[in-house]
Amino acid sequence: MNKVVSGADEAIRDIQDGMTLMLGGFGLCGLPENCITALVKQGRKELTCISNNAGVDDFGIGLMLKQRQVKKMISSYVGENAEFERQLLSGELEVELLPQGTLATRCMAAGYGMPAIFTPAGVGTEVAEGKETRNFDGKDYLMEMAFDADFAIVKAWKGDTMGNLVYRSTARNFNPVMAMAGKITIAEVEELVQPGELDPDHVHTPGIYVHRIFQGKDYEKRIEQRTVRAKE
Amino acid sequence: MLDKTGIAKRIAKEIKDGYYVNLGIGIPTLVANYIPETMDVVLQSENGLLGMGPFPFEGEEDPDVINAGKQTITMLPGSAIFDSAMSFGMIRAKKVNLTILGAMEVSENGDIANWKIPGKMVKGMGGAMDLVASAENIIVAMQHVNKAGESKLLPKCTLPLTGVHCVKKIVTELGVFDVLPEGGFKLLERAPGVSVEEIKNATAGKLIVEGEIPEIVI
Repeated sequence: MNKVVSGADEAIRDIQDGMTLMLGGFGLCGLPENCITALVKQGRKELTCISNNAGVDDFGIGLMLKQRQVKKMISSYVGENAEFERQLLSGELEVELLPQGTLATRCMAAGYGMPAIFTPAGVGTEVAEGKETRNFDGKDYLMEMAFDADFAIVKAWKGDTMGNLVYRSTARNFNPVMAMAGKITIAEVEELVQPGELDPDHVHTPGIYVHRIFQGKDYEKRIEQRTVRAKE
Repeated sequence: MLDKTGIAKRIAKEIKDGYYVNLGIGIPTLVANYIPETMDVVLQSENGLLGMGPFPFEGEEDPDVINAGKQTITMLPGSAIFDSAMSFGMIRAKKVNLTILGAMEVSENGDIANWKIPGKMVKGMGGAMDLVASAENIIVAMQHVNKAGESKLLPKCTLPLTGVHCVKKIVTELGVFDVLPEGGFKLLERAPGVSVEEIKNATAGKLIVEGEIPEIVI
């Protein structure tokens, strides 16, 4: 069970043009920075990216957009990226916007082996267009299909060589549900440890879901909105 | 007329002891500053946190600790972290007692639009569609009119909808309104110095005024 790879370049080596990728993170928090850098270097095109946000102009998935590697984005909120908005409004980029809970739960469904879920989010809006609606106990729900992604790329705080993962604070976000949802899941971690060093009771993502793992480097962990209060 | 702080202060009065509350981006975020300290209220941030605290002191920002607006925040003692699927699970399961969010338009039957202006602006709905579809208690915090001076309280929304028949209450700089189940904005309170006539003129949707309308007390 050799899951450890040397780094991001090796982890993403067999990603091909036209594939569907899930990328963990919320805004720039908990983003698989090393793998995104490697994806930009690798230069694959026509990718479909499932990620809550689209990064900013010069960081995160924004870097892949700038290089025109992304054919389609599936996200819930993309408000922080001018290049994204430009490509979208000019029709260069295909975009599917989904309610955030729908996005997360479609990942979850994939990881739990369920073909679809029912959610009230989006009923009566354009999100419902073309989707099956079912009424349960007098309330309408949309049927939303489990995602089918070739690769899920996530970032954790710690991981062991068996692929078990632990996340830190709100950098957890989409990472656990995406880790469960990829045909191949790549995890980059701030600290790679040996089996036994993580308390089994504290593991967030069991290693069975993780196929490749490596210790990342040079984490920038950029803050998108630095808000502070003055010391009194 | 209320300023943004005034709107936030008035909304804070709607929060009850023991509530779990989700605050949207903008004016709703300010509400946290005016929850009485005597109250036990837990703030939910839909990126995966219960127990959101105030902004950190300068130099103590942690890039791994943010709220749904991507702002650096702190976690209070007793906080809990969870993933995005569980976050929306607790929202759908109605564990969150109150949702406060902003809007571009609200209609007199409680529809809300706040995520898209076709051809001009597409930011996305984020968690708003999930919240409005499931929350039993939704308060909208917004300006009464848009930048062009047009009413945002309408007979029918003109922008793409975020949710239908969901808004229960609205607080603007001019007043406090209940959205009635049978349709219509019922004026409950008016902002200091604002007349009922001024509110009528700024409201395009059906406004219901019954009896004397008291001034907002904050």
